[in-house]
Formats: sequence, structure tokens, C-alpha cells
Amino acid sequence: MIPQPLIDALFVVFSIGALVTGYRVFRTDSMVRAAFYLLASFAAVGGILVLLGAEFLGMVLILMMAGEMLVMAIMMVMYMMNPAGLNPMWMVHQHRRAVVGGVGSFVVLVGAILLTDFPSASRPPNLAVTEQLGIELLGDSMLVFQTAGVALLATMIGVVVLASQRGRFGSAEDGSAEPPLQPDEEPA
Amino acid sequence: MTLDLVLIVAAGLFSIGLYGALSQQSFVMLMMGLELMINAGLLALGALWAFSTAGSAQGQMLGIVFMTVMAVEMAIGFALVTHVYRARRADITEKLRKLKG
Repeated sequence: MIPQPLIDALFVVFSIGALVTGYRVFRTDSMVRAAFYLLASFAAVGGILVLLGAEFLGMVLILMMAGEMLVMAIMMVMYMMNPAGLNPMWMVHQHRRAVVGGVGSFVVLVGAILLTDFPSASRPPNLAVTEQLGIELLGDSMLVFQTAGVALLATMIGVVVLASQRGRFGSAEDGSAEPPLQPDEEPA
Repeated sequence: MTLDLVLIVAAGLFSIGLYGALSQQSFVMLMMGLELMINAGLLALGALWAFSTAGSAQGQMLGIVFMTVMAVEMAIGFALVTHVYRARRADITEKLRKLKG
């Protein structure tokens, strides 16, 4: 059992880490470094989730985001004019309005948090969290779990359709139409 | 570590993500802002799960759904960016002024 002062200290470290690295994502010159800052922010949030007692969710978040951010870094290298951060980069639009939007949303959210009277029901300290989640996944919430799986499958198919350069009958730019059955017939 | 503190950290992450999604020109950076906002949602969910619902199992289930949304958003987003780049040679939002090509 971790003592409470240590949990609080770790929470402060992870929170500041998550906020600072989250901010640095939009303030670094290199797109690849931005991806790794985002990964650091996710890892810190995963750490907070572990401190809150959701060990499985926290570790899965870190694991998933590590893979996702590597894919993201590769995408950056493919698309970006300045992947390595050799030149200064400042690509923003409507900056003042974006700052107002961000600060405004923070003020509104903090106001809502401080004014709302949340129900107080702490997690029992000896709750078997991961076991409980496993039973929930394959028990009462199985339909939700299955739906998430089908949604991921649909995503995979959609992504392949969107990103593939050629269809079954040739390049996508030429229309990829099915050839006619007879030589001088209209395409089917 | 109290409920309000964790929620305020989540609000900070959400606001940074909103700022990024509103201000960045490149599609990939814009998606990073969206990811940060979902991340904040997940953190707020974890806090409410631990402090307000007595550790209900459905709360963790919702966390799994959040992560699915993150993965779907990222995959579809990158596929759309690839498609838009092929069709229009556009990699920043300013180059997409009209929907019809």
C-alpha cells in the first residue's frame, strides 16, 4: 500500500508534467518532438489514473498511446515541411481567438467544477479493480465491448478505402470502373 | 489528491487541447489538440470514477469506450489527411477553402 503523502507528491509531479508537456506540444519547432511531448502528456495522465486506482486503464492508455504516437511521428515525417525542427516553426491562425477560447473554456470549466456539488463516494480501498473490469467486460457490458470491436473493424475498412490509391480495376484517379463484358459495351 | 484538483488538471488539459485545435494550421497538429481533449475527458472520468461512484465497474467500461474513440478518431483522421493530400495537395487548413473539389 502506497502512503498517502507519496500519492499526493506523485500526483503533483504527474499533473504538472501532463500540463507542461501538453502545452509544449504546440510550442515546439519539431513535429516529431510534438508527438513525443503528447506521448509524455498521455503517460502522465496514465500515471494519474494508476494513482486513482484504475491500474488497468492507466497502463493500457500508456501502451496504446506509445504505439499511436510512433505512428503519428511517422505521419509527421511524411507530411511536414519541418519534421526535424531545424527551422523555427510557427503555423497558427486566429491565434488571439484561440487563446481566448482556451482560457475561456478553462475559466468556465473550473467555475463549473467549483460550483458543482459532486456526490462523495470513494472507491473502497480493497476493491479488485482489474478483476471487476474483466467481469464487467465479459458480463453485463459485453454488448458495449462488442460494439466497440465492430466500430474498430468498420474503422479499419473505412481507413483502407479512404487511403488506398487504386481500386480493384485500376487507379482511383481514373475512376476504377469495372471493364465491360463485351469489347464495345458500356462499363457495367 | 482530491476530486476538484484532478478535475481542474483535466480542465487545464482540455483547454490546452482546445487552444491547439483552434489555432494550429496543420491537420496533424490539429488532431493532436483533439487527442489532448479526449485525454482530458478520460482523466475527468477516472477522477469521478474513483471519488464519486464508489468504483463502479461501468465507469471503467466507459474508459475503454473513450480509448476506442481515441483510436478511431486518429485512424480516420490520418486516412482523411492522406486522401485530402492526394486530391488537393493540401496539408494545412488554409488550403481547403471549399468542400467541393
